[in-house]
Amino acid sequence: MSNLFDLLVAGLATGAIYAIVAVGFTLLWQTSQTINFAQGEFVMLPAFLMLAAMQAGAPFWLAILIGILLSMLLLGLGFKLLLVDPMLRHGVLPLAIATMALAIGIKEAVKQFFSAEASPFPSIVPAGDISIFGHPVSLQSLGVLTLAILAVIGLTALLNRTSIGHQMQAAAQNPTAARIIGVPVERMILLTFLINAVLVALASLLITPIYLAKFSSGEVLGQAAFIAAIVGGFNQVRGAIAGGLLIGVVDNLAAAYVSTQYRAAIPLLLLIVIILFRPQGILGRPEERTV
Amino acid sequence: MTGLPRYLRIALGIIVIAGLIIVPMNFNRYGLFILSQWAVMTIAAIGLNLTLGYAGQVSLAQGAFVGIGAYAAGIMTSQGLPLIAALGVAIILCFAIGWLLGYPALRVQHHYLAFVTLAFSTLAFLVFRNEDWLTKGIYGISNIPRPNVFGFPTNRPLPFYYLCLGSLGIVSVMVWWLIRSPWGRAFVALRENPIRALSLGIDTRRYTLMAFAIGSALGGVAGTLYAPLTQYIDPVPFNLSLSLDLLMMVIIGGAGFFFGPFLGAMIAVLLPEWLRFTQGYYLMLYATAVILLLIYSPSGLLGILDRLMAERRTRTASALRAVAKSRLEAAP
Repeated sequence: MSNLFDLLVAGLATGAIYAIVAVGFTLLWQTSQTINFAQGEFVMLPAFLMLAAMQAGAPFWLAILIGILLSMLLLGLGFKLLLVDPMLRHGVLPLAIATMALAIGIKEAVKQFFSAEASPFPSIVPAGDISIFGHPVSLQSLGVLTLAILAVIGLTALLNRTSIGHQMQAAAQNPTAARIIGVPVERMILLTFLINAVLVALASLLITPIYLAKFSSGEVLGQAAFIAAIVGGFNQVRGAIAGGLLIGVVDNLAAAYVSTQYRAAIPLLLLIVIILFRPQGILGRPEERTV
Repeated sequence: MTGLPRYLRIALGIIVIAGLIIVPMNFNRYGLFILSQWAVMTIAAIGLNLTLGYAGQVSLAQGAFVGIGAYAAGIMTSQGLPLIAALGVAIILCFAIGWLLGYPALRVQHHYLAFVTLAFSTLAFLVFRNEDWLTKGIYGISNIPRPNVFGFPTNRPLPFYYLCLGSLGIVSVMVWWLIRSPWGRAFVALRENPIRALSLGIDTRRYTLMAFAIGSALGGVAGTLYAPLTQYIDPVPFNLSLSLDLLMMVIIGGAGFFFGPFLGAMIAVLLPEWLRFTQGYYLMLYATAVILLLIYSPSGLLGILDRLMAERRTRTASALRAVAKSRLEAAP
């Protein structure tokens, strides 16, 4: 039992990080039909930006701040202005391919300018265990889980409780109608890109201490977030959260109880089952069929 | 391509084919390896172009089918079976798997095919890596023999290059014929307007599955050549990134253009080689070039050519119109 409890906590912690990344992914999809194949690399990069800031002599908290700001500048504003805006009118596929190329570019740039080796990354949560109901739980898992939950609550509050959030949802659901009633749709879309940039920077901050900073670490993460988004529901923020948590837990349990060799297969099988029986995702709205 | 006069097109075709046969004769081993790789990747990309460019279905598993073909060839030829038997097995296997894979995805909505194929791609990689008894796992299969074709051994690089080139030729002719057959027309109808295709009595789901299965089978064909080309296979080259690379080849060449995959594979295989003098920067430059190309012309390289031709035709037409108009005005 205690083993199961540990696995659940660890699974929820990684799942919460997947959820953050998946939420960003679905936000981009909803507001601008961008399937971002570079989302994993987007998570990998901010950690290196923070490391670079620290190497330049900045203290950890300042490095985090610089990392988040640079991420907003490069992965938010830059990504939208230089790649998405010129390509969006050409349809979903060329843009998706361009993000694949971008993923290669980011990976290679990090390999070339930083290092091909994995670098350690300081944790914002102190190491050690804390006792819950007489049971030791790693502070790191708990801290990651708490921060991720706070981020998700903050984001949901922003989307559902504030005027800006309502405008963003309107811009995502029906841009034409939103424009008619005076929602600055363009600005709202830019805002979702900036939010995505903050989310990936946060995910980077949380996951890198666990898996180290490596140029190739985005591949696994991006795929996990992608699966989480589809399993949970491609068109719903809460779906992405549920999907992320589920994938995290399933992944961890599969590694322990099924086989370590095939642990990556279990979320994929889950994905295929979901597509077969509930294609809109666990919490998603069904999309209208065109035929 | 369609804008050129017929005799020019035939002349151009003959020059290119002759060039592909004659020029590599004094290439070194490495140059021939790269060219053979281009031919093999082109076959896989032609298959994907059929699925994506003609039938409009996004597949992220072409790399996995190349892997299945390569493992079929690697396993069977190291047991002493001829490559042609492996080719048959690979084609049947990839066709069947492609068909089965498309089935659940198309039951719902066609962009789910992309998601299912993405999952399949990674599952196939895991099988290649973990089923040691069959694939020798991460150690891979080495010393894969090269075949004898009509009694000619292809152990040396040049004959093997001709084998790849010949296979590419056969595949090209077959696909050329296919897309001009009623099937090919049905594929294009699927891409352009599925509802209209359905209302014209085309069984859209069956044709979609067919396009996907044939495209996958061509991936298997490419794989059976890949194994004897490298003479060593391990799971790493067949992971998701090969599927993404092949997708990129089709798009940058020009999806839905017959010659798109040829150009796309050339860019993806040869451009990184030419950029190698830039050392660590070459993949970065490659990625940047791809992005810039897609921003400039989302329909790929042949899309640019197509656009130029269309513009020229419009210009000629408007010049003719202007002449006709002035004549009309000059007339009393």
